[in-house]
Amino acid sequence: MEKVLDIQNLCATFSIQKKDYEVLHDISFSVNRNETVCVVGESGCGKSVTTLCVMQLLPGNGKIKSGSIYLNGTDLTKLSKKEVRKFRGKKMGMIFQEPMTALNPLLTIGYQLRENIMNHRGVNKSEANKLALEYLEKVGIANPDKRLKQYPFQLSGGLRQRILIAMVLSAQPDLLIADEPTTALDVTIQKQVLSLLNDLKKEMNAAILFITHDLGVVAEIADRVVVLYAGRKVEEGTTKQIFKNPLHPYTIGLMKAVPNVDLDEFVIQPIPGTFPNITEKIEGCRFNPRCPHANTCKKCFEEAPQMLEVEPGHYVACHLSK
Amino acid sequence: MKRYIVKRLGMIVILLLGLTFIVFSSLYFAPGDPAEIAAGVSATAEEVEQMRVYLGLDQPFFVQYGNYLAGLLHGDLGTSLITRQPILDELLVRLPNTLNLAVASMILACLVGIPLGIVAAIKKDTWIDNLLTTVSLFGISIPNFWLGSILIIVFCVQLKIFPTGGMSEPFWTAKGFMQVFLPSLSLGLQVAASFMRIGRSSMLDVLQSDYIRTARSKGLKERIVILIHALKNAMIPILTQMGTSFGGLLGGAMVTEQVFAINGIGSYLINAINQRNYYAVQSTVLVIAFMFVIVNLIVDLLYCVIDPRIRYD
Repeated sequence: MEKVLDIQNLCATFSIQKKDYEVLHDISFSVNRNETVCVVGESGCGKSVTTLCVMQLLPGNGKIKSGSIYLNGTDLTKLSKKEVRKFRGKKMGMIFQEPMTALNPLLTIGYQLRENIMNHRGVNKSEANKLALEYLEKVGIANPDKRLKQYPFQLSGGLRQRILIAMVLSAQPDLLIADEPTTALDVTIQKQVLSLLNDLKKEMNAAILFITHDLGVVAEIADRVVVLYAGRKVEEGTTKQIFKNPLHPYTIGLMKAVPNVDLDEFVIQPIPGTFPNITEKIEGCRFNPRCPHANTCKKCFEEAPQMLEVEPGHYVACHLSK
Repeated sequence: MKRYIVKRLGMIVILLLGLTFIVFSSLYFAPGDPAEIAAGVSATAEEVEQMRVYLGLDQPFFVQYGNYLAGLLHGDLGTSLITRQPILDELLVRLPNTLNLAVASMILACLVGIPLGIVAAIKKDTWIDNLLTTVSLFGISIPNFWLGSILIIVFCVQLKIFPTGGMSEPFWTAKGFMQVFLPSLSLGLQVAASFMRIGRSSMLDVLQSDYIRTARSKGLKERIVILIHALKNAMIPILTQMGTSFGGLLGGAMVTEQVFAINGIGSYLINAINQRNYYAVQSTVLVIAFMFVIVNLIVDLLYCVIDPRIRYD
């Protein structure tokens, strides 16, 4: 299988008041062509930071400390700002969480689409317009002619998200990054956007890196799942492996926290404790303060667990998983 | 849109009406006697009294005010007590000079202030930003009469590059440019500094927004991100500042015109106050206020040109 995105041993830091704090530690995973990989975890676990590292769009106080990000074999971390820009949009496109604010309010939809198409496909304005119409139709927008002349404020959130998807796809990127693209949408629209992404993946043979905290969304869209906790990868496997046989106590906790109507007792079991602040220092396994099994094992407090392959393609970082 | 403009013009009429009342009554109750001034220093008591009747100053307050308003409706701004010329004619001679100075200062302030504000925002927290922010603080603090005098001493008296004063041609001619350069520099510097500060902060705001991140994620050149995606959004607060600054320019013009010996309505107003030329004072204030509200109306209309979300329906 062809690896479109290959992240290796990625470490990233944020500086807060001149002190560096590690937000990503030794993250490795890859996304293949025609595959959707979901990165899941709580808010603050480093999901979005991972995508911003790939796009090389970290805010001013964030930086990649070590590791490599290969896109079609090119290490993005080694490129200059100018060189990275040639990859953005063209080779990797990103759909953001907030469709309401992700489009420029003072420019027409048509302008924002054409700009991307002309920039990456080397066509003139009238051809760009044709392609823009084509892509708007592809993402299921009725009256594309009319939409091109409109401004973002005249459209609903669902429409705007479709337009953003159309915009990203119009440059034909190999990698599509979607950072919680459905979180700000209501459930019916969410469903439509997800099946749209699924169809488009098959049609365009792209790789999708999908960020979400919603396991329902994961079940619907993912081929493989990467679970992050406090900036570390704790488990990785196919969607089936993760849902049928979750091994890390955190993944198990996440699964239990999803309400299950089939069970007689309709309860949500939250994971006890709170998510650690990035300024907090935790020895051993980062999950130990919240882990139900940690008090039976001394090692959890002393040593960070290594990634182990427990079955083909299923990895977990837990001392107790053996 | 048309309805909005008509409504705004109606409001301007009410505003100016209120203004005439305030200016008229403050001069009415101010110490001093216009009749004495009009009759001249050597006039006898009877002559002053005759002048008072002639000018209608023996009438009750509201009759006088009513006469004044009636005159305004006919485009009559009154007669100068000193020169006995219609004030409107005297103002029309001077108005082009003042507008020339104000517009030149505004252009200078935009050309200097806005680009520097953008640069400061892009280079936030670097030495360039610190330098520009500090310089702008000086720019805002330096009084324009002082700056004007210094500029004259250095560039006109010592270096003999620019003429020391006067204004005869509009700023887009070569001669007019030389004449207006120093006055507009001394008048426009403060405004430029305020544009820089507003421009910097609104640009910083915009640069953090999601749509700028989207623009960058599309792989656009940074120049295009700044000039097309960010600047248009950042212009709205700057435009507001332009409207209010215009009033400051007209006010500041009084001092600058004095310093650079420009025959404009600012120096006309100062002279009128010194000579207690009451009618000239009230009419000039009215004209200045009128220009200010019209400029701000234009600014409000420009908002809809920039921002499609703003519609006055």
